[in-house]
Amino acid sequence: MIGSTILAAALGLAILGPWLAPHDPIQQNLMIRLRPPFWGERTVQGYWLGTDNYGRDILSRLILGTRFSILVGISAMLIAGAIGSTLGLVAGYFGGRWEQVIMRFADAYQALPDILLAIVIVAVFGGGLFNLVIVLGVSGWSVYVRIVFGLVRSWRERPFIEAAVASGAGDVYIMARHILPQIVPVLVVVSTLQVAHMILAESALSFLGLGLPPPTPTWGNMLAEGRDRLLVAPWIANLSGLFIILVVSGINFFGNGLREYLDPKARNGR
Amino acid sequence: MLSYIARRLLLMPVSLLLVLGIVFLIVRITGDPVEIYLGPEATQEQIDLLRSELQLDRPLWEQFAIFLADVLRGDFGTSIQHKAAALPLVVERLGATVELAAIAFALAIVAGVGLGILAAVRVDRPADFVISSIAVAGQSMPSFWLGILLIQLFALDLGWLPTSGRGTAAQLVLPAVTLATFILPNFVLVTRTAILEIARDPFVMAARARGASEGRILFAHVLPNALNPVISLAGLQVGRLMGGAVVTESIFAWPGVGRLIIASVFQRDLPVVVAAVFIVSLTIVVTNLLVDLAQATVDARIRLG
Repeated sequence: MIGSTILAAALGLAILGPWLAPHDPIQQNLMIRLRPPFWGERTVQGYWLGTDNYGRDILSRLILGTRFSILVGISAMLIAGAIGSTLGLVAGYFGGRWEQVIMRFADAYQALPDILLAIVIVAVFGGGLFNLVIVLGVSGWSVYVRIVFGLVRSWRERPFIEAAVASGAGDVYIMARHILPQIVPVLVVVSTLQVAHMILAESALSFLGLGLPPPTPTWGNMLAEGRDRLLVAPWIANLSGLFIILVVSGINFFGNGLREYLDPKARNGR
Repeated sequence: MLSYIARRLLLMPVSLLLVLGIVFLIVRITGDPVEIYLGPEATQEQIDLLRSELQLDRPLWEQFAIFLADVLRGDFGTSIQHKAAALPLVVERLGATVELAAIAFALAIVAGVGLGILAAVRVDRPADFVISSIAVAGQSMPSFWLGILLIQLFALDLGWLPTSGRGTAAQLVLPAVTLATFILPNFVLVTRTAILEIARDPFVMAARARGASEGRILFAHVLPNALNPVISLAGLQVGRLMGGAVVTESIFAWPGVGRLIIASVFQRDLPVVVAAVFIVSLTIVVTNLLVDLAQATVDARIRLG
């Protein structure tokens, strides 16, 4: 319940952001630099969460940042899910050499952490929205491979698959029509949790300066800017951090709730 | 046991080859290193000369073979920024990273397993509720923000610990704690679940029926069996730990490989980036091997299977 409320609010902010934000998120106003949020002293009317080093409205930047994070999170999840699920499906369905190659590849891939792959790609191609989505999408596939592979292998042995094979259905038809629908519930849960993971990874990359270049308002950028002004303006870093944990935990709660809803075993107690 | 070790050892070069292949493809296909070396005002003759000198006019697979041969000799090329061989630059900083990562890893395992045991023993009581909730929330915590919060509290407000740098034990505390929290929540939750699952096995009931004390049941019967999933998790977390080290080092100005990578990316110093990625992958592969061996020692099914 809490999860879906936060998720709905975040989606609302992401879609309606430009109309909800009280100010232009990149509009600088050096007259009102580093003003604190409404509970502090020397506040400025209309800037509820204060301003940053360039006098930009923090609330507006946080709201617009939601849009980037959700956009990157969902697109990256879709890419990772498409690559990983296809490979997992193939490895689980055909087995044999396919399984050997794909699963060993997934094992070997563990030696290259997402963030390092992202760093190499950014070092070569530069940052930017498109590269960021590709980086996160391509590096997240191995999670799906493992999960889908395990599921497909267990479904593969069922009698109704055998029946489909006997009635002359093609491999692709069986995978798409008979096996994929069985694993959709799990995929939905995994994908929800992956969006949260992608958002965290995105903000980590932005924080390192490898995400969207400033002055784009992303939470990671704001945290990085806030880190340099912890003594005079701790609210910049802390408000962005708070926003990240709120949205990410909202998605995680939602995903865990979804898992319990879809899995009768978890619903009826351990 | 020996055949198991042999099989794991064989997988190591495969992993490293894969990493090198991916990195090579990304770096070579896209960026022309000649342009980066010479800059935009180079003449065509200079470009052609350097290209044949670096053997970039050969087919791609031949270039990869040359690249691999260089790597085997420890030659990753010359750092553009430091004007020195790339590999020694990385190795020089490896100690700092390993120190940080090893302490954080130990901290995460000890604290995570400890809290997991506590939660499992007090299952469905307030202590379990508090520990489990914090662990679940911790999975949503951006650890780089936690690092910044720790700096604000312990360094700026209380003044107990320094904000950054390396050298004294006090400077190690905040980075190690921050890095540990990247993976700590998972250890808590997996330990808790593993213990609760094992505790329902009939052999535990049998031990109880024979009159074994609860403490003996926990430490002599349940824990050794619950160790297996925890060790598996440890193996899976090594990669995340090293990735987290890059972020943590940059928060606390820790002079390790991670900071070198980030600085080199901004300078487009690709030889250093490639060397550093290789060394980090090597660290992960070696640690994974050690974790696998630990698991084989604990679990006879893996050792013999």
